[in-house]
Amino acid sequence: MAQKAIREYDAKSILAKHWDKYFSNFTYAYETVMVQNGSELKEIANEKSWLKEKTLVAKPDMLFGKRGKNCLVLFRDSRPGDVSLEKASSWIDEKSSDKQSVYFSFHGDTPDGEAKIDYLTHFIVEPFAPHSQEDEYYISATCVGDDDVLYMSAEGGMEVEENWDKVTEVAFAITDTEEEIEAKIRANIPADVADKNKEGFATFAIGFFKAYRELNFAYLEINPFVMEENKIELLDMVAKLDDTAGFMMTKEWGDIEYPTSFGMEEKSPEVLAIEAADSKSGASLKLTVLKPEARIWTMVAGGGASVVYADTIADLAGIEDLANYGEYSGGPTTGETQFYAETLLDLMTREKDVNGREKVLIIGGAIANFTDVAKTFTGIILAFEKYADKMKEVGVKIYVRRGGPNYEKGLKDIKIAADKLGLWIDVYGPETHVTDIVRMAVEG
Amino acid sequence: MAQLFTKDTQAIFWNNNASAIQRMLDYDYTIGRKTPSVAGIVAPTGDSKFQKFFWGSDEIMVPLFKNTTMASKAFPNADVLLNFASFRTAYDVTMEALELGAFKTIMITAEGIPERLARGMNAKARALGVTVIGPATVGAIAPGAFKIANVGGTIENIINSKLHRAGSCGLVTRSGGLFNELSNIISINADGIAEGVAIGGDRFVGSVFIDNLLRMQDNPEVKYMLLLGEVGGTEEYKVIDAVKSGKITKPIIAWCIGTIAKYYDSGVQFGHAGASANGDQETADAKNRAMSEAGMFVPSSFNDLPTTIARVYNELKESGVIQDIVEPVINSVPKVRKSKQFICTISDDRGDEATYAGFPISSVATPDTGKGIGDVISLLWFKKQYPKWATDFIETVIKTVADHGPAVSGAHNAKVTARAGKSVVESLVTGLLTIGPRFGGAIDGAAEHFKYANDNNLNPAEFLNHMKKLGIPIPGIGHRIKSLRNPDLRVVGLKKYASEYFPSTPLLDYALEVEQLTTSKKDNLILNVDGTIGILMVDMWRALGYSEEEINKFISSGTLNAFFIAGRTIGFIGHVLDEKRLEMPMYRHPMDDILYQVDVAEEI
Repeated sequence: MAQKAIREYDAKSILAKHWDKYFSNFTYAYETVMVQNGSELKEIANEKSWLKEKTLVAKPDMLFGKRGKNCLVLFRDSRPGDVSLEKASSWIDEKSSDKQSVYFSFHGDTPDGEAKIDYLTHFIVEPFAPHSQEDEYYISATCVGDDDVLYMSAEGGMEVEENWDKVTEVAFAITDTEEEIEAKIRANIPADVADKNKEGFATFAIGFFKAYRELNFAYLEINPFVMEENKIELLDMVAKLDDTAGFMMTKEWGDIEYPTSFGMEEKSPEVLAIEAADSKSGASLKLTVLKPEARIWTMVAGGGASVVYADTIADLAGIEDLANYGEYSGGPTTGETQFYAETLLDLMTREKDVNGREKVLIIGGAIANFTDVAKTFTGIILAFEKYADKMKEVGVKIYVRRGGPNYEKGLKDIKIAADKLGLWIDVYGPETHVTDIVRMAVEG
Repeated sequence: MAQLFTKDTQAIFWNNNASAIQRMLDYDYTIGRKTPSVAGIVAPTGDSKFQKFFWGSDEIMVPLFKNTTMASKAFPNADVLLNFASFRTAYDVTMEALELGAFKTIMITAEGIPERLARGMNAKARALGVTVIGPATVGAIAPGAFKIANVGGTIENIINSKLHRAGSCGLVTRSGGLFNELSNIISINADGIAEGVAIGGDRFVGSVFIDNLLRMQDNPEVKYMLLLGEVGGTEEYKVIDAVKSGKITKPIIAWCIGTIAKYYDSGVQFGHAGASANGDQETADAKNRAMSEAGMFVPSSFNDLPTTIARVYNELKESGVIQDIVEPVINSVPKVRKSKQFICTISDDRGDEATYAGFPISSVATPDTGKGIGDVISLLWFKKQYPKWATDFIETVIKTVADHGPAVSGAHNAKVTARAGKSVVESLVTGLLTIGPRFGGAIDGAAEHFKYANDNNLNPAEFLNHMKKLGIPIPGIGHRIKSLRNPDLRVVGLKKYASEYFPSTPLLDYALEVEQLTTSKKDNLILNVDGTIGILMVDMWRALGYSEEEINKFISSGTLNAFFIAGRTIGFIGHVLDEKRLEMPMYRHPMDDILYQVDVAEEI
């Protein structure tokens, strides 16, 4: 996936790094730190004296919003704006010691939907910045359809989703020149921005949109930012990067991390291993474990075919039977395919089916354009040899359907190998409809 | 233009992806194309001039170029660019091609081009009316006419899936793997496809479903279309609008994959980068429902797609919209092929009669053919039929340089060897091996330096200065005894011939200006016969339309020297035969003609 969320701290750091290029008329103190616990914060305070000198605000920095409504923004001890370094440290330690419930959406102040429960591991700490509500603004940019769209509002703050009528939208074609962009922004400054601030707002918005474009953000939101004369505070930021641009942004972005969102299950070692293999290979290896105890496992070649198999299993067997989603494609080597197959076989042979049924392994794929079927199947056969005993113990039926370069040999090899190992297998070529083995597996 | 490709379409292939190119040429051979679908290859880091590929059991050479501009200049009719550059360079390659304006279609295979760059290049192509296929695609095919790279897979699969001749379905998919699969399904359940495009899996691709379907609507070969969409994005709705507004009237069979995505939150990425639903409208279910409501033929699941295809096809067949196809004869590509060790492009002895550059020997040999040795040289050395003024000039040169007496070092060596009892060929090569920078080399040198001076607009004085700096006497200038007043009659003859028969002689004119200056310094610094020949050869090639680059290559590869070698061989053989006739004894150089000065070697 090309668009990846980054932490608020990283988003601010990227803007700060390029501040003079885009916001030369404004100042931004860039007083912000990210820590994982209280003692780390105290240690940083030895270098960054403002942590000791100013009162602070602390909040989790873990890709979710609505932190205020979740009561996860620390800005008061006994009254607003009195949070000391000591208090911030102890609050961070307290919040990170136990799992926390976080709601991702609210109806008014009432939580909507299920809470996600997980540990808070990353916190962002900044100075408390008293300001008046009228100096708060909203700005964001993203890509909609073929265009970039800039959203601006004179009213910043957490309620902006409920006040879309106060947001001005401006769309830009990818081919728009800098002059056209400036003219469009100037022509669309929200009417609610006070006249004396319109020029400043426009200048900031132009810089913001340029930064969004040139730094290859996929999404960039500041809600709110505070503008007092030429002084800017970035109170709350959300950002996604187009990670395909990473190779040309190494200097601009610095060392960037794409964290898993809060409440998402940590990736299993198996998934991480496949991701590591994928990043090293010219081919594509993808694995998502959906339901490890389910009985149908898929090892499908090709991005499109893998979706078709998943669709068909959901249609014919039901979603509760589907254990994983994944694909291998782009001509992986025998070794890569073997590793991929072993990872799957290992996962699927850990437990027997709770209802005592046999498990099903779908080795599917469309007719390959250039992937050598015999070569990739050699990798699968090697994995069979390693896991044959476990597969027999759990009870696995294997259904194969594949076409493409060298498919006759591939199909013959896998049939002979499985028979020799005493594994149950059925093998089909391009004369059988691509997903028909799912029907056979479900009926059989 | 309603058709994406025809049987005459040719492409420039960016990146020397030999296996994909070979598949294209195998396809060309199978369907009986006259020209290879790959005209040239851009191989920025390669050093070769061409690469060999099989054409059936034979081999052909496809030229290699350093960049797209050079390739496009050499093949202006190749209007398709197959951009196989990596995701790091694919954007630059596309932009260069768009600037050139020579391409109607650009296919981009790289996956994961930065989104902003992809959007920029797609927008530019759209503004210029260039069709972009991809990025992140396996390509497109017009069966029986032109196929991009690996699309369709192996040649066996292509024939099984009836991709070697046009059927009646227009196929558009995102996925490349499923493109192949659908071609197969369509060949089993209908009569194959007329045109197919896999638009690519990235979020931002150039031509989208609607672009391709609108073209297919106008393509008379396409009788109905099959659209395979995906969860995510809203492109399918553009097609729905076109159907509703009557812009598309041909039947469309349609299915969106990714119905499973509704069961999971956005954390699970199904399929391609472009496949992620933002909002209900972008789910596969919603799109399938909307397409069905618009009157498209939507099966109940992907598994039922074959039945739907068969139904639509059979209805069109019964109503006479689709006719029976006469299956064409195909050339089969041999299973085992051996690459050739040697290449010959000048003559051929495989037929009834051996040929020189396509001309049977008998058609140039006897006097009644009107052809002389100059014609034979033009055929075998240059693979061209030179006009008579040029072949006559070549003969004049050969005759002029045939001999220059026994005292010159080459002739002397040949004579000494012959007197040692060696054979004709041994004696001859001894003489020939003397030819080099000092003996006979003035022809080369004169051509090279005079051309350089002329190309760089040096006036005669500047030229002399330039040669002085290089520290070499001007080749082709100077004679032992001849002068302007006592001219070398061979030179007079060559100049006279050139002025009468050459269309123009710019380099000779320049050389004569130089001669004016040199002879004003010393009487015998005239343009000599070597200089005249070298310079007139350049003028000849210029008049024949060779580029300066080609002429420079002739000079640097020693072609001018070759005229001297060919001509002087006649003289050397004469001297050797002379020795054989005279039966002169072994030669020993008189000792009193050698200065002996031999010191005792020092110890070190």
